[in-house]
Amino acid sequence: MSVTIRLQRKPFDTADEVAALTHGRTDIGAVVTFIGICRADENGEPIAALNLEHYPEMAEAEIGRHVEAARQRWPLLGVTVIHRYGRIAPGESIVLVVTASSHREAAFASAEFLMDYLKTRAPFWKQVEKASKAGDKSWVEAKSRDNSAAERWDSR
Amino acid sequence: MKVRYFAWVRERVGKAEEDIDPPSGITTVGDFVAWLAGRGEGYAYAFENPNVVRSAIDKRHVRPDARIAGAREIAFFPPMTGG
Repeated sequence: MSVTIRLQRKPFDTADEVAALTHGRTDIGAVVTFIGICRADENGEPIAALNLEHYPEMAEAEIGRHVEAARQRWPLLGVTVIHRYGRIAPGESIVLVVTASSHREAAFASAEFLMDYLKTRAPFWKQVEKASKAGDKSWVEAKSRDNSAAERWDSR
Repeated sequence: MKVRYFAWVRERVGKAEEDIDPPSGITTVGDFVAWLAGRGEGYAYAFENPNVVRSAIDKRHVRPDARIAGAREIAFFPPMTGG
């Protein structure tokens, strides 16, 4: 299985990543892409940008462990995970998950599984730059619904 | 042992990393957190609610009862909000 994990400051091109994953292959029958995008509001308040802090070495290792867990659960042929860090403005992409398999069930399920774990286990932290007051910043709080989303895979 | 702090734990402690040799008797992550909290105002603020702060040893998530013997790097951070 081809696995690509990248943490980067710059934007990514989803079409390029899908092409790289599927190029020259005829065994892949399904590709699912998930793109997480920065919204212009957080808890109903307008924001100027998100600043993503991360723990680089652990983030890469942790994502790798979840990709391995996904590979053991589903017959995957390829996975690409790209997570950006640094300053990200509303409308820009934050994270990309691409999963490839022979059939769609594994591709859909594994993409959701990977995103659920990324949200709660990958060491990234979002800080909001509020639009209202220049320089006013606050850390995004973890949401319990994200924990529930990750935990439901434990019992399956 | 290298100790690293991230996000608001880093801001409250006032530094991103430091080298610390924990005193003898500190055997678990939980012991270490309690000891760190006694090092000064910033540390006390960062660890005021030890159940909220998450930990990792050598780049793996661990629980407060994990033993720190042999750890090269220990990290403390808030619940994660990536994705």
